[in-house]
Amino acid sequence: MLSEKAIARLGAVFAVILWILLVATDLSLQFSRTNNISIGISSEVPVILLNAYIFCVYLFYRYRINRVEGLNFVDLLWKVFVTGLLTTVISLTLELFSFLLGNTSLQQNLLLIDFFYLINLGVVIILLVSTFIVWKRLILYQKSKFLLRFWNIFEYALLISLIYNILPFKFLEDFYIPYLVMLVLMGLFLSANMKWVAYLNFKQKWKSILLIALTILYMGYFYRVLNLFLKNDELISNFMSNVFLLAVMVFILIYAVFSLLVILFNLPTSSVFEQKLEEVLNFQRLSQTIQTEQNEEQVFDVLLQSSVSTVLADAAWVEVKSNNGQSDYYMHKLKETDVAKVKDYIVKNKIKGVFESDSDRSLRVDKHLSKLKGFHYRSIMGFQIIVQNEVIGTLALLKEVSDGFNKEAANIIKTFVSQAGVSIENFRLLEQAIENERYKEELKIAKTVQSSLLPEKLNGNEWYDICGFSHAADEVGGDYYDTYQIDEDRMALIIADVSGKGTSAAFHMSQMKGVFNSLCQLDISPKEFMTRANAALSVCLDRNSFITASYFIIDTKKKELVFSRAGHCPTLHYCAKDNTSTFFEDKGLGLGILRNAHYENYVNENSIQYLQNDIIVLYTDGITEAQNKVQDEFGYERLKEVINSNKDKGAEEMSSLVLDSLYEFSGTQAIDDDYTMVIIKFK
Amino acid sequence: MIDIKSLIENEYLLMKVIGQVDASSSIFLDDEINKAIEENHKNILIDCTNLNYIASAGLGVFMSYIQDLKAKEITMVIFGLNEKVGSVFTMLGLDQLLTIVSDKEQAKTHVNAV
Repeated sequence: MLSEKAIARLGAVFAVILWILLVATDLSLQFSRTNNISIGISSEVPVILLNAYIFCVYLFYRYRINRVEGLNFVDLLWKVFVTGLLTTVISLTLELFSFLLGNTSLQQNLLLIDFFYLINLGVVIILLVSTFIVWKRLILYQKSKFLLRFWNIFEYALLISLIYNILPFKFLEDFYIPYLVMLVLMGLFLSANMKWVAYLNFKQKWKSILLIALTILYMGYFYRVLNLFLKNDELISNFMSNVFLLAVMVFILIYAVFSLLVILFNLPTSSVFEQKLEEVLNFQRLSQTIQTEQNEEQVFDVLLQSSVSTVLADAAWVEVKSNNGQSDYYMHKLKETDVAKVKDYIVKNKIKGVFESDSDRSLRVDKHLSKLKGFHYRSIMGFQIIVQNEVIGTLALLKEVSDGFNKEAANIIKTFVSQAGVSIENFRLLEQAIENERYKEELKIAKTVQSSLLPEKLNGNEWYDICGFSHAADEVGGDYYDTYQIDEDRMALIIADVSGKGTSAAFHMSQMKGVFNSLCQLDISPKEFMTRANAALSVCLDRNSFITASYFIIDTKKKELVFSRAGHCPTLHYCAKDNTSTFFEDKGLGLGILRNAHYENYVNENSIQYLQNDIIVLYTDGITEAQNKVQDEFGYERLKEVINSNKDKGAEEMSSLVLDSLYEFSGTQAIDDDYTMVIIKFK
Repeated sequence: MIDIKSLIENEYLLMKVIGQVDASSSIFLDDEINKAIEENHKNILIDCTNLNYIASAGLGVFMSYIQDLKAKEITMVIFGLNEKVGSVFTMLGLDQLLTIVSDKEQAKTHVNAV
């Protein structure tokens, strides 16, 4: 297929050729008629050539004007105007030429008159066809399917009329008038489509009126000129009976007149349409300030400016409450003293509603409007700016006339204000997210620091195998375990659990570590350790906090364990000789519960001799109190069972088996408390 | 979840603690005991018959008033602890510092004896 550009070019070339042929044949016919010479050309030939010429011009414009996209309506009308101007200039030049010839014989020459007529006809056809195509673009703006179909029928009917003219059937002449009437009626119907007019602004409307008026003038002028030629009876080619040309001319005129009237009547309301467009743009601008690189101040600024320009307020302010109880003001043509005056006035005169919330939905939007008296400004409109159900500020718009704002304006501003609220909310959420991210980072650091407070690995030796672990429910926890080699034969071992969990527990845990690291070096008995630890912790734990602990001194030479328990979970002891496990049942009060010297009366010290393959299991309540889905606790018996059935394994393997069993029981690895365990197996 | 109901019965204040006392709900228990002390009740009975669970933070609340009660000569008796909750008190050694009895009758007897 040929491209549209090629079709347009071919159309132009053929149009020129056909016009030259038309002139040649028509002049020959005229000459032969005048001089009574037969030249063997049928009188039908010029008619066929003319219609072919029209068709080619039509092709050219159809593809040329269709091709040019992005033209606005005034530009299209301008094209018509320019084409019309050129045509008129050509036509007037011809007239001037024939006027200069005066009453000479040349002026009376029929051939010359015929030639002039054909030139006029040629250019008028160009004008008509190009205008027709422009009208088509205007009519089909925002077309419906039905409209497009109807237009196509109209266009094909017009093209068929080209063929109609050259058909040699006599009876068709009777249909001439009905056919023309039908085309005109269709044109009339199509002329009702004027959607493009609404999109012109005020200035464009004036321009359009001028251009269309000139187009009507051209049509009138050419109709007169062509008819003048036809007064000359001796001119043989009367083309004005061409259905196509007449129909197109009438259609162009009808549409031009319609457009002119519609634009004229639309002139007063065009400002409303422009206003609506402005609102849409303002709203869009407000929405776009959500983007991250802008800040809250800009949102308030945009809200203020958009509101002012949308409802054409004379003055306005945005008041934003800041954290320290002060307010920040964004003002448009106002001073802070004016704002204070207006606010005072509203309070004094008990004007309700203006700055009140919309919590009651039954209230109408116009309650935000009010009159002012005794001011330069006579009407006010006010709204609250709400972010996350909290009033963060107000927007007030003022006008110098009373009742200056209407309900529609109030509705628009209400939308603006809520949109601004959404923007601010987004900012704040983003800020919160960043803040949270920072806290997370801090907690990660805290976690690393805390893990360095616990022993990296417990080292066994030739007398025992030892293993310990600790997991916190949150990033940081309150469980603690540690060892200290007092001398060659003796090692101190502690396990402790701070009440509560999380950050506060973690701080107390580090205090416990400090206490342990100081006291263990003094080589004191476990009971003395607990008493002193209680005294130390009594002054640094907060009111509701306490620590439970178990302290052991393992003497590998004497094969003896000396220990004290301060409210901690009873230690599990597997006795290899009896092949039984028992929990130590010694008494002992938690650290920091009794914060005076009486504490030592509440803590005991015990000792046992251990044998080869005995096992000691120290743990925190996170293990025994771990719950499953039906809220049963892992408990002491399960712990005992795991140890009993794995008594032959090493400490490390045993502790991982306890964990497996714990996770299996609770159905998750996310235990809701800190849990810690130390296992010692004697060799 | 926790629900605390305080009623004045004869010569003592009866405080019923229902549900679970964990880290967050222990605050309500703290407030309630604090209020009772401020109102100058000399005898406080704490009914834990329907207390299913107590976390260390909850024990911390009871613990924090021990010296206060002694100084103000207030008798506080805890009764009705179930086996599990009771063992938590015992393990920590709180049973040596707080008066814990099995039922309301015993609690009343204790209050009258003082």
